[in-house]
Amino acid sequence: MNTILLTLLVFSPLLGMLLMFLVPKTDEKNLKMLGFLSTVPALLISLYLYIQYATGTDLSRFSIKVDWFRFGNLKSYDPNLFAVDYELAVDGFSLIMVLLTSILATLAAIASMYIKKEWKGYFMLFLLLEIGMLGVFTAQNLILFFIFFEITLIPMFFLIGKWGYLEKEKAAYSFLIYNGLSSAILLIVIMILFARTGTSNIEALRHIMTVGGVSLFAPISDPMKYALLIALLAAFGIKLPIFPFHTWMLRVHVQAPPSIVMIHAGVLLKIGAFGLIRFGMGIFPEQFRDIAFIIAVLGVINLLYGAFLALIQTDFKMVLAYSSISHMGIVLIGLGALNEAGIQGAIFQVVSHGLIAALLFFLVGVMHERFGTSKINDLGGLAKILPVTSGFLLAGAMASLGLPGMSGFVSEFMAFLGLFKEEPVLAAVGALGIILTAVYLLRAVLGMTFGKTKSMSFEGISEIKGIEFAPVLVLLGLIVGIGVYPAILSEPLQATLEAIMLGIGG
Amino acid sequence: METMLSYDWGAMTPEFIIFGTAVLLSIFDLFAPKQFNRRLLALLGLTGIILAFVSLLSLMGQETISILYDTFKLDSFAIAFKLLLLAGSALVILLAHSYEPKEGMQEYRGEFYYLFLAALLGAMIMSSSGDLITLFVGLELLSISSYILAGMRKKNLQSNESAMKYIINGGISTAVTLFGMSYLYGLTGTTNLKEMSEGMVGVFDSQFQYLFGLAFFMILVGLSFKIAAAPFHMWAPDVYQGAPTPVTAFLSVISKTAGFVIIYRILISLYITAPGDSIGALTFLEKNGVYLAFIAGITMITGNVIALRQRNIKRLFAYSSIAQAGYVLVAVATLGGGAFLFDTVWFYLLAYLLMNLGALAVIQLLTDRSGSEDVSEFSGLYKRSPVLSVTMAIFILSLAGIPGTAGFIGKLNIILGAFAAEPGHYVLASIMMGVTVVSYFYYFGIMTQMFFRPSATNEKMKVPGGIAVVLTVCAAGTVLFGIAPNLPLDFLHGHFGDFSDFFE
Repeated sequence: MNTILLTLLVFSPLLGMLLMFLVPKTDEKNLKMLGFLSTVPALLISLYLYIQYATGTDLSRFSIKVDWFRFGNLKSYDPNLFAVDYELAVDGFSLIMVLLTSILATLAAIASMYIKKEWKGYFMLFLLLEIGMLGVFTAQNLILFFIFFEITLIPMFFLIGKWGYLEKEKAAYSFLIYNGLSSAILLIVIMILFARTGTSNIEALRHIMTVGGVSLFAPISDPMKYALLIALLAAFGIKLPIFPFHTWMLRVHVQAPPSIVMIHAGVLLKIGAFGLIRFGMGIFPEQFRDIAFIIAVLGVINLLYGAFLALIQTDFKMVLAYSSISHMGIVLIGLGALNEAGIQGAIFQVVSHGLIAALLFFLVGVMHERFGTSKINDLGGLAKILPVTSGFLLAGAMASLGLPGMSGFVSEFMAFLGLFKEEPVLAAVGALGIILTAVYLLRAVLGMTFGKTKSMSFEGISEIKGIEFAPVLVLLGLIVGIGVYPAILSEPLQATLEAIMLGIGG
Repeated sequence: METMLSYDWGAMTPEFIIFGTAVLLSIFDLFAPKQFNRRLLALLGLTGIILAFVSLLSLMGQETISILYDTFKLDSFAIAFKLLLLAGSALVILLAHSYEPKEGMQEYRGEFYYLFLAALLGAMIMSSSGDLITLFVGLELLSISSYILAGMRKKNLQSNESAMKYIINGGISTAVTLFGMSYLYGLTGTTNLKEMSEGMVGVFDSQFQYLFGLAFFMILVGLSFKIAAAPFHMWAPDVYQGAPTPVTAFLSVISKTAGFVIIYRILISLYITAPGDSIGALTFLEKNGVYLAFIAGITMITGNVIALRQRNIKRLFAYSSIAQAGYVLVAVATLGGGAFLFDTVWFYLLAYLLMNLGALAVIQLLTDRSGSEDVSEFSGLYKRSPVLSVTMAIFILSLAGIPGTAGFIGKLNIILGAFAAEPGHYVLASIMMGVTVVSYFYYFGIMTQMFFRPSATNEKMKVPGGIAVVLTVCAAGTVLFGIAPNLPLDFLHGHFGDFSDFFE
């Protein structure tokens, strides 16, 4: 049954973009308000979807499929050959990602209160970015996926390059080129699949590649399948990012405005993981099984590399950036384990890190707003002046290092549980990373909260207040919620997980 | 008895209209008083082009018409590409209407318009040719008119240099092409393309095939000049930079489209069925496609890499248009994977027409006023004119192949063809994707100037009527065909099917 609900979900920010035209560009207050309100419909719809799902409604009744366009004049041979449809749908996994996106978008819109100039352009790009992100998770064919994927690229370039910190243009370029490369590789994979099979529908491709028995436009050889999977790994590896493709992401984390980093660390990096799971595991399960060990090794490298470098950073933003690399390693470890616990851990980590990174970067924004710096040394003695903020910071760090009772613990535990089952030695090496995580996070946070007080004047600096509480409390609530009651995530994931396990034959 | 009147002259209505308008304009220009504002002639020219466009539309849906002993034929290929040529020319003449350089155009404005129409006429005759003679006449009409157009600003040094370079390079390329054609005539004894193609199908003797190959490569080299494909692209940057901006727009869009038309008319139509070895297992193009692929690859790389270092915006766009021609050549080299031979090229040229003319319109607007052609002219444009800079951003995104624009769909179609062929052209398509990322550097460099950099002046931009129309049409088309590519694609397939009459 076709419904327009998902279309509404994805394109609801468009309404806000149009309304923006009506507001004069100097009207800061209304622009910020409108920007915030424009993200709310998507949030409400995704919550509605989640409630529908939780009460047992079949999500497939929300899918929509409309003819869009087709390449070539081959209609008479086969009406579906080289046709690209507009098709959106959600399942448990994508529902969670959509929910994560819409929550973080709303919170980041709140965090956008720190934006100092050109609010109109900022919010228009911000909302365009949201459309891209929501589309990525609901698109049901690869071409549509790619279009939404690229739509996230352009607003990000401008958001970093215009509203970022000192070296913003360099960071924007770095972002553009690395992600452009990643999209180029991705597009090659997508187009090879499309050209050879005549379809880009994800479900159809999964069927063709795993079951077979469908006549193709041109054959796809077995070595080609490996090549395609490795290309996918490279494309999403840049996005995730996997060491050594991570330098762009450091720049973005440091230079972009905090609200954008919330989105970036919270959702955009996760598209890499989402793609690996959806397409890598979904379309090439057999080939994925063969390279699983390599993925696990890459994961451990990421985990340790990120953790070691986070140890020596003097800027808290850099600590968090390296911590992101390290935590994405855990996603790879979970995927590389290739059993139910591992994959579940990986997906949990995707969501959990999304929330934790958003929380920590919001707090960075709070501090940057007040002190104009995020250097650990400069912020020494924070607990005396801003006890509540310091408390939140500590809570975020605890979540990040995997304190039981918070979401980080569940995901790390499951990912490692998975890997220990398959590759105990590798997992043991990786477990070192967990210890390092605790060390670097505590070093950084304690350095800021209880470190030596600087002589700089803290007069007139106020505690976290008013609307600033909202993102912090919502995020902390979710982090603790998932930590205490993981079923709110694992239940929607069950069906997806079973389908994946069926594919890889685990 | 067959007389001149028994031909179905109706097939040539669009050509007659353009021809008539050109004659009318030249007479008008001759007798009109000196103080008469010759800018009004542009509107007359525009009317002619629109009339020709409408008459062409009314000719659609008929059987292929062939007159004058098959030298002129109106098949679906001719109609489809003439639609592009006419639409592009209508936009270019609007650009010319608003063209106000600091010096040098005032007294020759009238000439500009009718020479322009003559060039258009040449391009249209090329699209309809079924014979080497008419093809060559069309080519020469286009070329010679373009040489003069390039040198239109007589007192401008660069414009002179540009015309000089163009005429010398163009002359050489025409000579080479003609030399190749003479081989074809010598071997087959006919100038009619259809008879020639029928004759070539049965040639399995490797000695003859060698000679046909020689003809192929000579014509290819000659025509590579026309479309500014590397390594025969050297003239393009100098000519594009020196020529008046509307002429640059004409050369980079209309003339280039005509170049692809003639490549299809001669090289593809003759060699797609000709055998490439002594047993006929491979056709000539299948066997030698790698050379076309080589030219496509090197054109894309050259265009995109050299564009990185350009500061002059017109020069930058010259290299960008070399790169864009390289993308189209990918479709030609891979024969669109067999299934997309015509629609890929047509769609990409349509997208290219819209995005490149749009971008050049902005460039004309900015460079006319200041006389400087440095990239920094774009700095702070967003502050001065948000609408103009967003429009320019649309064109740039389309040229860079970002989704949501026609350029993206065009690129998708080309890559699809490259991969759908068996064996797939993986290397060529990968080069295309790789250099696309390289092109982000210079395309987004303009974005950086427009949106991130402060402006030198705060003077508001005033957009003349002609340019405003061009910008609106191009921006709307670029976005519309990017979001709803089914409109042009269904139009194409609905009216022209597989272009099956191209080979008849």
